[in-house]
Amino acid sequence: MKSFVYTIQEAIGIHARPAGLLVKEAKKYQSTVTIVKGDKSVNAVKLMALMGMGVKCGDTVTVNVEGPDEETAAPALEAFFKETL
Amino acid sequence: MITVQGKGVSAGVGIGPLYFYQRAKTTITRATDADPEAEWARFKGAQTAAIEQLGALAETARADAGDEAALLFETHQMMAEDLDYEEAVEALVRGQHLNAEAAVADTAARFAAMFAAMDDAYMQARAADVRDVSRRILRALTGTAEGGIDAPGPALVAADDLAPSETVQLDKAKILGFVTAGGSASSHTAILARTMGIPAVVGVGGALKPEFEGRTAIIDGTTGAVIIDPDDETRARMEKKREEQLRLQRLLESLKGQENVTKDGRTVRIYCNIAAPEDVPAVLAADGGGIGLFRSEFLYLGAAEAPGEEEQFLAYKRVLEAMDGREVIIRTCDIGADKNVGYFDLPKEENPALGLRGLRLCLAKPALFRTQLRALYRASAYGRLAIMLPMVTGVWEVREAKKLCEAAVAELKAEGIPIAEKVPLGIMIETPAAALMSDRLAAEVDFFSCGTNDLTQYTLACDRQNNDLGRFYDPHHPAVLRLLKLVADNAHRAGIWVGVCGELAADLEMTETFLALGIDELSVPPRSVLPLRNAVRMTDTRESAPRILADLAASRHRI
Repeated sequence: MKSFVYTIQEAIGIHARPAGLLVKEAKKYQSTVTIVKGDKSVNAVKLMALMGMGVKCGDTVTVNVEGPDEETAAPALEAFFKETL
Repeated sequence: MITVQGKGVSAGVGIGPLYFYQRAKTTITRATDADPEAEWARFKGAQTAAIEQLGALAETARADAGDEAALLFETHQMMAEDLDYEEAVEALVRGQHLNAEAAVADTAARFAAMFAAMDDAYMQARAADVRDVSRRILRALTGTAEGGIDAPGPALVAADDLAPSETVQLDKAKILGFVTAGGSASSHTAILARTMGIPAVVGVGGALKPEFEGRTAIIDGTTGAVIIDPDDETRARMEKKREEQLRLQRLLESLKGQENVTKDGRTVRIYCNIAAPEDVPAVLAADGGGIGLFRSEFLYLGAAEAPGEEEQFLAYKRVLEAMDGREVIIRTCDIGADKNVGYFDLPKEENPALGLRGLRLCLAKPALFRTQLRALYRASAYGRLAIMLPMVTGVWEVREAKKLCEAAVAELKAEGIPIAEKVPLGIMIETPAAALMSDRLAAEVDFFSCGTNDLTQYTLACDRQNNDLGRFYDPHHPAVLRLLKLVADNAHRAGIWVGVCGELAADLEMTETFLALGIDELSVPPRSVLPLRNAVRMTDTRESAPRILADLAASRHRI
């Protein structure tokens, strides 16, 4: 499993649109992508659950990537987070 | 003739027959012994139809009202195709043998309740989106047509409330205005109406009666009046008003990109007041020259604990970057008085307006102030920042604040964090004490900005929150104007600039006076930028300034 930690820069957090983009990004990979905030964790391909987490600007999340393409997926996802969130 | 009152949320006058939006009724049957495979296939078919419709709607919205409006439907599309949503429906269809309609209705209720229970107003509003998307899937399932109006030609559209998808679907060429029983200024209908330049009145309540269907009506999106069966005189008057407003609208549109310059060549900067980073697009759309007052309280209010340095830094940086080199004046925390937060643990005050607020509170809690100052100076590397201190009464307070600013800068430099070479520091002039001491204060800071709401309250001893004081709370009072003149003169003598950022800045009756006083900057809500620019461009200070200054000196200005 590959992991990285990221602090959300997007002013209104992981709201509807960025959440939707994240879902699209996570679907590109075979690996399972999990977003962890505190004691909550959700699969990044589920929009409602992601939005329901209420991740706000300044919150720090851990992103876990596990699966056959985790070596390439993790850096690609990290770049996506920096660009979008 | 019947006149009812609502809230005007999108300016303009609409005249024509009034028709109610007809929503086809979707009847949801409920079965608990349905065939899972057949129902699942029905759901998938309806889901695909909804996704296609939403894609087409996004394109319509983009053409009518821009990318921002299209985003809403793209979000709806994502919700319709969401795996989570789909799995919730699947569990009910396959697990409990519900029919597709009942499964969608239950899933919609579940997610809407989840969003409604969140602690953030933005997320709470997403509950309406889930319901709207689900209604679309239900219509596809039951073969119900979309709603619409049954009018022979252009009409005023009436409804209890309109979902954004319903608003966008209507043919714009046939809508003279919107009038709804529910809704608020920040509802989607109000926002879309403003973007599309269609007059709208919301919150009319039960006074909006079904028997008005097909009758001639007039709505005034400025005053919120709705007139049914107008008499000839009213109709003529409102038609004239509509013409004038359309002319003004065209004029204001033509002023975008133009200078704020008087007939005799005097210029004034017109900046905007904002309360959150999300307000920046409105500033840019209105052609504001900068941000004259960014109230940092949004970070503190509604939070469970004091905002950290990183959170503040990111919010400030975002605004500075979005303003792309234009000046951004951020006011340090102005908590206290009418804006209180639990975690500051402030004792209850008899007269909070005269209590521990603004800069006083920051000096009393230097650790909190330090966090904000560090965040501000860190953000300064990303644009053109100026810092403004609220609620000043004397020189020592400013000197003490400056020491804290210097300490924050020294800390950051020692840590090797980049900051802007020069971050101007200014103060709000909102107490009579600060106005009377403005000669000495001008030597301490880079600029002044007059907060006329508080300056009026403190000068006239009138509580802003006491509605009974009415005519006694008069921001045009000569006492307030004399103080403004004193402040402007002292600022200019010391070679610093002076602005006005209270509500008075947008008061067009005052524009000539501000220009006569030599005010350098006016900071107003984004919607007031172009009307103010127009007023400035109509002014000739060669004529108005001597007259106004003489009136002021002789107190002829209304005593």
